[in-house]
Amino acid sequence: MLWKEWLVMSSVYTDKVLDYFRNPRNMGKMENPNGVGKVGNAVCGDVMFIYVKIEGNVITDCTFETFGCVAAIATSSALTEMAKGRTLDDALTISNKDVADKLDGLPPLKMHCSLLAEEGLKSAVEDYHKNNSQTK
Amino acid sequence: MIYLDYNATTPIDKLVLEKMTPYLKDFYSNPSSVYRFAQESKRAIENARSYVADLISADPEEVIFTSGGTEADNFAIKGRAFFYQDKGNHIITSKIEHHAVLKSCEFLKKIGFEITYLDVDKYGIIDLNQLEESIRNDTVLVSIMYANNEVGSIQPIKNISKICNKNGIIFHTDAVQALGKIDISVKDLNVDLLSISSHKIYGPKGVGALYVKKGVKLIPLHHGGGQERNMRAGTENVPGIVGFGEACRISKEELKEQEKKIRLLRDKLEEGIKQKIPDIKVNGHHDKRLYNTLNICFKYIEGESILINLDFEGICTSSGSACTSGSLEPSHVLLSMGIPHELSHGSLRFSLGKFNTMRDIDRVLEVLPLIIEKLRKISPFWQKKYG
Ligand SMILES: Cc1ncc(COP(=O)(O)O)c(C=O)c1O
Repeated sequence: MLWKEWLVMSSVYTDKVLDYFRNPRNMGKMENPNGVGKVGNAVCGDVMFIYVKIEGNVITDCTFETFGCVAAIATSSALTEMAKGRTLDDALTISNKDVADKLDGLPPLKMHCSLLAEEGLKSAVEDYHKNNSQTK
Repeated sequence: MIYLDYNATTPIDKLVLEKMTPYLKDFYSNPSSVYRFAQESKRAIENARSYVADLISADPEEVIFTSGGTEADNFAIKGRAFFYQDKGNHIITSKIEHHAVLKSCEFLKKIGFEITYLDVDKYGIIDLNQLEESIRNDTVLVSIMYANNEVGSIQPIKNISKICNKNGIIFHTDAVQALGKIDISVKDLNVDLLSISSHKIYGPKGVGALYVKKGVKLIPLHHGGGQERNMRAGTENVPGIVGFGEACRISKEELKEQEKKIRLLRDKLEEGIKQKIPDIKVNGHHDKRLYNTLNICFKYIEGESILINLDFEGICTSSGSACTSGSLEPSHVLLSMGIPHELSHGSLRFSLGKFNTMRDIDRVLEVLPLIIEKLRKISPFWQKKYG
């Protein structure tokens, strides 16, 4: 392992990550969501529930519940902020790197948390489409 | 700041620092040099050696200074394995050892040794029957830690050494966490090799020792000069060794008094948490556990997030789980004790020491319930249960 990699590996959280962790935005279960994304599993240590409210083609509200480390909580919270107000197509373009960037970066070992957040939103939108097609 | 991570390391005792300072400043001579100026460094090392030996009831000649607990463990295991290579290549250890022992064994496995890892029960204690059954003709070493760093479980060392003696097998114990907390007598325990470290007993970091019973042979790991009776080459860490010696001297004096004081604080913390916070699990045995250690699983949440929240409040603790590339890696100790993955992710370790006060405990009991509640509110599992 290179010294540089080793130093980065043992790096700590940015102030942004700690801020989102300490003051999580959009936290909690949503009443009557239009879609819910449930990703991760407890054995591996990270589970995210992403709830979306959708009106027309726009995500009007987005909240989360997370079991996991600091990075898991911060990324899910950041993601909900990013998703709000976007059209469905637009929201699906949010990548894990976008989430990490919003937090001024994540330690490399925690990048999988941002991936989980990305997947959580995609799965919530999928769930919405599924619910929609059933009611039609 | 409230420091509750004494199993990780301890602050240095003021007396220890005072004792060390002259050897950092004035007595800088190489102890191996022959002029009179060097005699003081040499004398100081031997003086320290007698304090270290005294704390564990050993003879000073049986104490070899090392760079810490990790080196002592490596030395005992590899040094013994290499010495006995021709006679046998089987080593017995446990699943809950410190990485200094586990990784040394893993290394030996790669070069042809066979390792048996003993299970532990739900309290983190090995089964003596399994130990007896695991012994083979080619077993050359048994290495079982005295007290565990994460949960504090204490092994039946005397019984283990009896079994090893009966079978003529060398027994090493990692006593890094036991030193200064348990009254250790190598004579009484009848162990062959015992690892200790200075920075867990209010001494400086980067120094420790391996007790090697008279007559027990090892291959040295460091080759070079003739220091430590040719067993550990390298110019001695004189200030470190002097500090370690002083830390041992003080520890012997304070042993009983510390236990009384710290146990009281730990029990208060444990009782308080049990009273104020639902859905928790205290890990380890009630009695067969270090009196300063409290390892708790908080259901539905994850350890690091508790730790960081406590850090915001100026409280230093430690959590078992470490996040590696793909997932959270729960502590190998808790998993070996049969605690499920989900639960072991939520573990937190409080380890107390002689500078803690009742006010520290009161403060933790004030903020911890709020932190746990806040995190549980975010958790999907908690909501499912009560929402
Ligand atoms: C049980 C145990 N063994 C070995 C060590 C390593 O000691 P050191 O930090 O002196 O290398 C530690 C401390 O981390 C420990 O707790």
